[in-house]
Amino acid sequence: MFGKLTWAAIPFNEPIPLITVGVLIVGIVGMLTLITVKGWWPYLWREWITSTDHKRIGVMYVILALVMLLRGFADALMMRSQLALAAGHAAGYLPPDHYNQIFSAHGTIMIFFVGMAFVIGLMNFALPLQLGVRDVAFPVLNSVSFWLTAAGVLLVNVSLAVGEFSRTGWLAYPPLSELAYSPGVGVDYYLWSLQISGLGTLLSGINLTTTILKLRAPGMGYGRMPVFCWTALASNLLIVAAFPILTATFAMLLLDRYVGFHFFTNDGGGNPMMYINLIWGWGHPEVYILILPAFGVFSEVIATFSGKPLFGYRSMVMATMAICVLSFMVWLHHFFTMGAGANVNAFFGIATMIIAVPTGVKIFNWLFTMYGGSIRFTTPIYWAIGFMVTFVIGGMTGVLMAIPPADFVLHNSLFLIAHFHNVIIGGVLFGAMAGYTYWFPKAFGFKLHEGLGKAVFWCWFIGFYLAFMPLYGLGLMGATRRMQHYSDAGWQPLMIVALGGALVILLGIGLTALQLLVSIRSRQRRVDLTGDPWNGRTLEWSISSPPPVWNFGLLPQVAGPDAFWSRKREAASADSGAPLYEALEVPKGTPLGFVVAFFAVIFGFSMIWHIWWLALVGLIGGVIACIRHAWRTDLEEEVPVATIQAHEESQRMRAARL
Amino acid sequence: MREVQMRNPVTRWGARVAGFTVCLSLVGCLGGVLDPKGPVGDNEKLILIDATAIMLAVVIPVILCTLAFAWWFRAKNPHAERRPDWEYSGRIEFITWSIPALIVLFLSGIAWIGSHELDPPKPLRASSAAMEIQVVSLDWKWLFIYPQEHVATVNRLVIPVDVPVHFSLTSASVMNSFFVPQLGSQIYTMAGMTTQLNLLASQTGNYSGISAQFSGDGFSDMRFEVRAVSHAEYASWLASLREGHDVLDESRYALLAKPSAHDEPIAFSEVSPGLFNAIVHGRGEAPGASSKTATLLNQDR
Repeated sequence: MFGKLTWAAIPFNEPIPLITVGVLIVGIVGMLTLITVKGWWPYLWREWITSTDHKRIGVMYVILALVMLLRGFADALMMRSQLALAAGHAAGYLPPDHYNQIFSAHGTIMIFFVGMAFVIGLMNFALPLQLGVRDVAFPVLNSVSFWLTAAGVLLVNVSLAVGEFSRTGWLAYPPLSELAYSPGVGVDYYLWSLQISGLGTLLSGINLTTTILKLRAPGMGYGRMPVFCWTALASNLLIVAAFPILTATFAMLLLDRYVGFHFFTNDGGGNPMMYINLIWGWGHPEVYILILPAFGVFSEVIATFSGKPLFGYRSMVMATMAICVLSFMVWLHHFFTMGAGANVNAFFGIATMIIAVPTGVKIFNWLFTMYGGSIRFTTPIYWAIGFMVTFVIGGMTGVLMAIPPADFVLHNSLFLIAHFHNVIIGGVLFGAMAGYTYWFPKAFGFKLHEGLGKAVFWCWFIGFYLAFMPLYGLGLMGATRRMQHYSDAGWQPLMIVALGGALVILLGIGLTALQLLVSIRSRQRRVDLTGDPWNGRTLEWSISSPPPVWNFGLLPQVAGPDAFWSRKREAASADSGAPLYEALEVPKGTPLGFVVAFFAVIFGFSMIWHIWWLALVGLIGGVIACIRHAWRTDLEEEVPVATIQAHEESQRMRAARL
Repeated sequence: MREVQMRNPVTRWGARVAGFTVCLSLVGCLGGVLDPKGPVGDNEKLILIDATAIMLAVVIPVILCTLAFAWWFRAKNPHAERRPDWEYSGRIEFITWSIPALIVLFLSGIAWIGSHELDPPKPLRASSAAMEIQVVSLDWKWLFIYPQEHVATVNRLVIPVDVPVHFSLTSASVMNSFFVPQLGSQIYTMAGMTTQLNLLASQTGNYSGISAQFSGDGFSDMRFEVRAVSHAEYASWLASLREGHDVLDESRYALLAKPSAHDEPIAFSEVSPGLFNAIVHGRGEAPGASSKTATLLNQDR
């Protein structure tokens, strides 16, 4: 009846997960009670859960990312404190079976549910606004994408309470992840949650790619798109090309684990090397899926706060697209030590280094964007400058490891860990935080607290260097990744420094929460009525904050790059009289995404626990929900002219008064 | 007074350089890849340092320029010359593409030559002939078979100094990576496959070896000791080993292959011939433990 699921799946004898789960359950029940008591359910259901508005969905993605950052960072703190303790003969406080779950969960959560959710959230929010359009190409699909991601998140977190999580690292290399060596449900949690959220990501990639290619404001040719749109295009093309590889690879591993296939097993003609090639065929593009939108954010932020157009726009676009293509040609550098031979290793090493050329060009272009500018030191530009300083170091160590003989001694060491945190924190996270601060006033109509924002930046910046510079040194000393304890007590001081760095970052995360709280409470003072708080250059700043559901009352006419900037310059001369508004159709909210995700969770959970009948219920339920939706006819509702006119007029008046 | 002020920055920089050197030497002394004890490690350290130096020549100016530009062009600086519409310069673009391209061209040369010179299967240039050692990663320990001497050890690798060693490696379980940081290059061990590695210890001493590829619960203890000894010591070690009575035959191997962690070194005075090949072809099962291994061996013949 319940497959493998018994009471033994609840970790009653492990205090750490048990207490965590207890606190979480109390928190969630408390929150649900509060919502019920305050009667917020109808509002939440109507305006958020069933929303097909790309801005709302973008905001929900970012909230999801921030919440999962807490989870992933809690894992990081446990790892750092374990390693600060477990030197010499000390065993630390986390036994290997628990520690291995923690680093596997940390990597999985940070990449899939923090990094991906954050950049997809920012793209979802900002892309249509920058393109000057009213929504993404497929609004309902967008909602489904988000909720499938949320379903994956839920499954990963359920593994805390019921059963266990994967103990095989964030990429689950076979044969370790095969049934013979990982008979538990951990790998199944990993696989099903990523299959479900991966489907959401793929749909999101299709959606945003279509949006950029097919829906742009009149006059916005490719050569006039903001650079963020270009980097988003590259990123989403990579999602469309790479995520099917991930899904297929996981499907093969699932077939191995569930029905006795031998794709990657040690026996029966399986070949684990195939998995490693395939997973990196997705995995390397994946890091560019994360970093390219961050590059886009920095391009916007640096240009805006320097008060200058981006230097070398065409170079920037070419560099972006070059990275997009090249990222598929370098996957083998993740396993130079597999013994592929000198020619193969050298080819992939050099291909990897070639990516450093367009990336270097980008750095120089940002540098020359600042040159001659008039730089306003707001929080977003702090992140951007911090990024430039930090990212070149990470890029350098990356190129270093692209030299195969150097990789032979650095592979899998803490040097590698330091390298990829250097580019992911220094690049993706700094970019996400810059975008969060930059677009927050657009989303909510008031600015975040500047002083606290800068404090958050300094905590992350200093914390990063304290936490990861020691890891470069430890890697050179021969410390490898994923060790639960180490015999060389000489490593301990650096491990303690790294823990100190993590604690500084913890302070930064705490201050992020405080910043949000303080800003919301004092929002009256931070309110932005103009819709253009930063003196921006792109179209999202030409409309009210928060934008109306329909974004643009009249679709903007674009005559060049930096569309809003040129319009502001010409505004004084060209007042074309009263605009003629028309009634608009906006997509209605639909519970489809939520319902599909609900069934996806049921399906995933029962597949993990081998509850076949329930899995069938989940699968059929999801399919029926989609089919039913396909027969719906009233998908849109009309916004009357009067509403649009009233909104646009009042916004013009407010902007004019200020 | 003035003199002191002038010397201040110099001493500050001196202190920083000294601090950096201390850090580097600290890293170097603790037995890592910056303290190599053989030609492979020596060359890899050289590549590490050369490549880093070449890149720092650009990275440091870029960092300084970032900070300098940001500071000089701050909105409140009355002296900065503003160029609010400056967005293109063909000459600068040419340079910005050229600088990284030239560096990458140069590093590519290092990568190409280095990949070929330091390719793990490539025999090392040395005066003496290479000795053979077969390595098997087990859950969670290392088995070293000396096929020419017909002995074997677990978790302790004894090699004569200045003699090139040719390793053939496989796994009887999941993937691992055989790595002695002070000797250089690591290489994966994979079931059903053999990888090759050539190393040489040019100084006597004890070095630590690890698995550098996560392999499960016992991974952190999957360490082994490398003893690089003089030829005389090596000969006497072999002799003492042969006096032992622990023989690594099929049944003993089946026992050894069972998962265990934290194993003390074991020495085997004798090894059944062909054990390594049987492990490679048996794909992780103990030889003789199943009929499949026997079938595979028969097929090979």
